[in-house]
Amino acid sequence: MTSTRLPSFSRILRQSRPNREDAIAFVILSGLAVLVFRTAEGVVAPLSSLNLEPVTLGPRHLPYYALRTVLRMFAALLASTVFTLVVATLAARSRRAGRLIVPALDILQSVPILGFLTFTVTFFMNLFPGNVLGVELASVFAIFTSQAWNMAFSFYQSLRNVPSDLEEVCEGFALSPLRRFLRLDLPYATPALVWNAMMSMSGGWFFVVASEAITVGNTTATLPGIGSYLSLAIQHQDFGAVGWAVAVMALVILAYDQLFFRPVVAWADRFRLEQTASADGPGSWFHALLRRTRLLPVVLAPLGGLGRLLLALEPRRIPRAFGPARQSGTLVLRAGRWLVWLGAALALAWSFHYARSAFTLADVIEALGDALVTMVRVIVLIALASLVWVPLGVQIGLRPRLAERVQPLAQFLAAFPANVLFPFAVIGIVRFGLAPDIWLSPLMILGTQWYILFNVIAGASAIPNDLREVAGMFGVRGWQWWRQVALPAIFPYYITGALTASGGSWNASIVAEVVAWGDHHLHATGLGAYIADATTAGNYRRVALGIAVMSVFVLGFNRLVWRPLYAFGERHLRMS
Amino acid sequence: MATTLPPALPLVEVKGLRHFYGPPPGGHLVLEDVDLTLYRNEVVGLLGRSGSGKSTLLRSIAGLIQPREGTVTRIASPDCPDPSVAMVFQTFALFPWLTVLQNVELGLEAQKVSAPERRTRALAAIDLIGLDGFENAYPKELSGGMRQRVGLARALVVNPSLLLMDEPFSALDVLTAETLRTDLLDLWSEGRMPIQSILIVTHNIEEAVQMCDRILVFSSNPGRVVAEIKVDIPRPRDRLDPSFRALVDDIYARMTARPAAAVPMREGVFPGTGIAMVVPRVSTNTLAGLIEEVDGTPFNGEASMAELADSLNFEIDDLFPMAETLQLLRFAELRGAQLLLTPAARRYAHADVDQRKAMFGEALLAHVPLAGHIRRILDERASHRAPARRFRDELEDHMSPDFANETLRTVINWGRYAEVFTYHEGDDQFSLDDPQ
Repeated sequence: MTSTRLPSFSRILRQSRPNREDAIAFVILSGLAVLVFRTAEGVVAPLSSLNLEPVTLGPRHLPYYALRTVLRMFAALLASTVFTLVVATLAARSRRAGRLIVPALDILQSVPILGFLTFTVTFFMNLFPGNVLGVELASVFAIFTSQAWNMAFSFYQSLRNVPSDLEEVCEGFALSPLRRFLRLDLPYATPALVWNAMMSMSGGWFFVVASEAITVGNTTATLPGIGSYLSLAIQHQDFGAVGWAVAVMALVILAYDQLFFRPVVAWADRFRLEQTASADGPGSWFHALLRRTRLLPVVLAPLGGLGRLLLALEPRRIPRAFGPARQSGTLVLRAGRWLVWLGAALALAWSFHYARSAFTLADVIEALGDALVTMVRVIVLIALASLVWVPLGVQIGLRPRLAERVQPLAQFLAAFPANVLFPFAVIGIVRFGLAPDIWLSPLMILGTQWYILFNVIAGASAIPNDLREVAGMFGVRGWQWWRQVALPAIFPYYITGALTASGGSWNASIVAEVVAWGDHHLHATGLGAYIADATTAGNYRRVALGIAVMSVFVLGFNRLVWRPLYAFGERHLRMS
Repeated sequence: MATTLPPALPLVEVKGLRHFYGPPPGGHLVLEDVDLTLYRNEVVGLLGRSGSGKSTLLRSIAGLIQPREGTVTRIASPDCPDPSVAMVFQTFALFPWLTVLQNVELGLEAQKVSAPERRTRALAAIDLIGLDGFENAYPKELSGGMRQRVGLARALVVNPSLLLMDEPFSALDVLTAETLRTDLLDLWSEGRMPIQSILIVTHNIEEAVQMCDRILVFSSNPGRVVAEIKVDIPRPRDRLDPSFRALVDDIYARMTARPAAAVPMREGVFPGTGIAMVVPRVSTNTLAGLIEEVDGTPFNGEASMAELADSLNFEIDDLFPMAETLQLLRFAELRGAQLLLTPAARRYAHADVDQRKAMFGEALLAHVPLAGHIRRILDERASHRAPARRFRDELEDHMSPDFANETLRTVINWGRYAEVFTYHEGDDQFSLDDPQ
């Protein structure tokens, strides 16, 4: 600490002479900014502009389309983050709010998002009639619904696990709720939130592709973006264009990973609670570059200043008085609780009434039958994927250097929207005349199988070395080695991966059971096809029924299969 | 006892404090009618075993928890119109994402102290506590001793009238703890810290005698002050000094002394009677080791708790539950500060493994009501199986779920060792069948 005290502004100037890193960062960041502004212009254009400048297959438009898509992704991520900070904090702070919010989030996590498009597109288009913004918002909302629930859930769980001694420090110094949130809750929950956001973002690519070009009944909305480019390419059976889309998609995912998520993960590592210095945290070249710049801290300073201003404006808190805790407003709260119950009962009665008038028993039986078919598909596919990826993942995980290389690749593949690859499958099926009911199925798990792979790799690399040495010493090998060493060790990790993969596959069935290539339409029987058909036909009742049935199946699957297995793994097979 | 020369003005007064764990009404009584006054210019120690409620008392004084009954009053005076407290934690409780300087500034920031003044005061505290050069370090870069110095600086920088310390040195190794203690005492006796008084919670008798002017001995279950001891040894105090040793031994004796009123002595050691008895988590290996130690040459069946703690390198905190468990099983008797092995225990010391198991099983079924209860149920049922949930529920009628769980776990381990019943974690069932 130097004791020389210069006026603060001149000190900033003196310290912040730009260096070489500043130049590189300036080029990258200003490039990004120009792209964002250029792209954002299209978002608020009148709806007619979509018809004036329809999506074309020229590859030179593709970068612009990709940017529009990326912008949608980040808008959704921003919305999800704001939603998470508000709703999860509310749930953690207020027991009553928590009792309502937490189960709601849990259910929403299992609802098939793609089925919603029918309702949201109509809703948002009516909200901004005649403007692109409405359709944009519908698309953003579709991505939002794929991210927000599990981000909020993870944030809520972090808030509930804040270490009690740190809580006591905050209370002892009488930190205001806002200051406590900024100093303790937010930093503590940040690493988990960032990780979850990254995973959700990966999932989001899938939905952005599916939500850009959507036909609901006689309304067709085609937003400029990779997704609509792809669907146009499929319509025209343009093989080259599909290839371009795949390549650009891969580049975009690589870029956002390197320029956005890696730096954020590297930055968030400082908020980990472990009190020992670990040698190798997550690294990021871009983060390292930004850290070496001198101007960037000056540019970001207003952000910190904003937080400080917020805190300075806050009235000083009076230290807590000694006395019995206040208990007031019980009457109001009781009334509120009755209102909630009443509302729930009314909603239930109304849905029942609606269901009675809208569906016949035959409708329900048809949906249930289709759901069973899809369920068989999901189970068989998860089993097949496990048979392939568990042995491979264990072998990779046991070789640290190989795992280091394969792990990012598996995460990249999980982020890559598998629906981009569907056309290739369709071409194959059409050419060889295969049965769609069987051969369309693998598409459901094309994008989600990677969750199994990278979780198994993580589990296998976490097997303690001494256990492996013991196994080696006694010559444990073959089936005994799998049964007693490898499988129990990776079990909790495997369940996490399989749970994600199974939920994702249910969702993917909506786009995977009905696939087209030009005028070749392939159609498999299943609940996904049921919902997809109803969406195309604009039959809201059938869409609602399909979504409800799928939600029940996913929820039931989670509750009756995955949760118990997960609890078993946590109880008996978790190391340490 | 402390009436001879009251040290100046009172600072904090605690009156009729009672506290329970668990939702009101009822719950597990952890503090019973605690009255105490802290004066200026004194270091007071709260000495007791873990779980005796001394941390609860400390947190009541800090205002972190509301006692169910009773009052905590901070007494203002002309030169100290608004007495305040700050606390140092056993776990240091540092924010890993803040630097040393930011951690120290935290309390000042909450008080809306202006940035330049905050910086000056924090740097002064860091300097005082011997942390200069570490201002920009993150806690994870520091050793345990340095981390606790940050905790100390963070507490001192807000100029508290009373410094509360919750087992501040027990997470540190012996040498580091000694250095920190000496540094703190130096600062205290030179009057360089802006505080009026220190209240320190500890389970280490030597630490209490070394640091405190006054020691309040806490009994457990429920926690209350059973003795107040003035320490008149001049500072700096030497652990090897005969008067120091004598006082430590004296406190050992007082801590083991039972109130005369406790008639059903053996049952009364642990709170609750019958199956509602809370049993501490003590392993059978430890019990066997303790019996062998007392049976062995220097002690020959009778040992003073102080000597035993010395020879085994235990804190009294660890030793008491073991000795009392032996007493519960009628393997030993605690007379004052003396631990006497019963003839059964001496036979146990020389028995082979199977005989030991048989003797332990007999004692377990006869004297630990919960074990007897479980075995009876298993004997009565044709299937010789019973869900553990049922016993856990029964226990939870009498104690908190945590205590119930720990009690059941201990009895499961004892029962397994004695082979009087077995337990399967997978389906949470007790049974009688021998494991294959």
